[in-house]
Amino acid sequence: MQDAVTTTISVGEVPDRPQVRDRLRVVMRNLFPFMVVGALWEIVAWAEIFPRRLFPTIEEVASSFVRLTAAGILPHHALDTVIRLLSGFALAALIGVTIGVLMGRSRRAEDICLPLVSICAPIPGLAYAPLFLLWFGLGNVSAVLLVGFVSAFPILFNSWTGVKAVKEIWVRSAQSMGADDRRLFSHVILPGALPYILTGLRLGLAQAWRILVAVEMLAAVPWGLGWLIFGAREFLNTDVMLAGIAVIALIGLGLEKFVFQKIEDYTVVRWGMITS
Amino acid sequence: MTEQGQRTRSIVRAAVTLAAAAALYELLARSGYFAPALLPTIPAIVRTLIAMLADGSMIEHAAFTMYRVMFGFGLAVAVGIPLGILMARFQWIENFFLPLVSALMPIPSFALVPLFMLWFGIGNLTTILIVFYAATFPMVFNTWSGVRSVNPLWLRAAGAMGADEQKLFWKVIIPGASPFIITGMRQAFLRAWIAVVGAEMIAASDWGLGWVIFDAKEFLNADIMLASLLVIGGIGYAFERLVFGSIERATVQRWGMVRVAKG
Repeated sequence: MQDAVTTTISVGEVPDRPQVRDRLRVVMRNLFPFMVVGALWEIVAWAEIFPRRLFPTIEEVASSFVRLTAAGILPHHALDTVIRLLSGFALAALIGVTIGVLMGRSRRAEDICLPLVSICAPIPGLAYAPLFLLWFGLGNVSAVLLVGFVSAFPILFNSWTGVKAVKEIWVRSAQSMGADDRRLFSHVILPGALPYILTGLRLGLAQAWRILVAVEMLAAVPWGLGWLIFGAREFLNTDVMLAGIAVIALIGLGLEKFVFQKIEDYTVVRWGMITS
Repeated sequence: MTEQGQRTRSIVRAAVTLAAAAALYELLARSGYFAPALLPTIPAIVRTLIAMLADGSMIEHAAFTMYRVMFGFGLAVAVGIPLGILMARFQWIENFFLPLVSALMPIPSFALVPLFMLWFGIGNLTTILIVFYAATFPMVFNTWSGVRSVNPLWLRAAGAMGADEQKLFWKVIIPGASPFIITGMRQAFLRAWIAVVGAEMIAASDWGLGWVIFDAKEFLNADIMLASLLVIGGIGYAFERLVFGSIERATVQRWGMVRVAKG
């Protein structure tokens, strides 16, 4: 007994040597493909198959990455992009969940909203961009509204499906036990629909992220990673473009790792709906 | 009876909603509060659509867009499915490609448009490559998880009954993974369709529905924009419902595997 306790503690506190080695191996295994691709890139860049200006070496990209980060330009662009992403997404979540839940609960709301939604949803979001630019002008308002509008659809559809998927028998048993509308909503319908709503939010955020970069290019916002990349093209600053793409990849990876997977771990995996 | 009554009431309500929305829009457009160039009336949009269909320009734009999206999507399927299968079957291939795929996947395809414009110029090649980039990842990922999710019991049963590698592959693994593969194709086409419109806008060539919309903005031709939006929505809807719907009915639904097809 005593022995078992000490071993668990020692495993928890100080990882054994084999564990460290295993982790190192995993890291090496994950790094290896990038080293191969990086080496290929370097060879192509040094061989100057493409002009150097258009195909810079990794050192050049890294040095402009460091230079722009130190000058505060890259963080400023990234911050503006993230703020725009979050405000667009907040708008989408508000609209999507509200309309979706309404549509799921009331037949009348469903009949009224569904035709409009099913006409607007299949059009790719970016196709609306010029229209929004005409109506709301160039700049932030258009960008945020467009991102919000486009990413509202998956949230709306999933909330709607989720509310409809709440078992009728739960609703009826809650009602027969004397739950009023508000209690019914907060204690039965919302928890029952939550897995779907969370999936919708996740899809919506992913959609917002995919579209935001393009919107920034088209809407000519003063700061933003999309604009940085697009503007760098004019001056053939391929190294700046690649540094910007690297930041975009990092933000995207961060969203994937720290937002989506966390949401999944806390909800659907814990509820036993899928095994991770 | 009541179900029937519900349904007719739903249809009536839907029709009323659409009519009301159209009337409201028409009223706004005619009120003169907004410039008619920005908010054209519905008859004007319909007239533009018919005129562009009649002189063939809209059809030509749509044909260019379709060519790009099908080329890129076809490439993505041709690369994505074999890669996904190989990744699921061979550990070392998975070890090599999975980190790359996971690192590249969160980069939105549009971020690469300016880079590809520098490398490949404006026009078909850039657009096709962007479509390819956007569509490949859902294809690889779904095929990979589909093959991995094939029930090992089926594999062992088929092996016990004397199926060789080849038979095992074509008769067990491919049908078993097909719901995922078809879901992947659906997602891939959706991504491809979004990517083609965006890429046409940013990497402006001379033809294509995305380019029409973007070009119309310069001249404040909101009627052309809305007409092209209708065409884009129509094509996307037709593909999603007709093409992929019928593929699904002909394969996974007939094989009785549709319960896993929800992605």
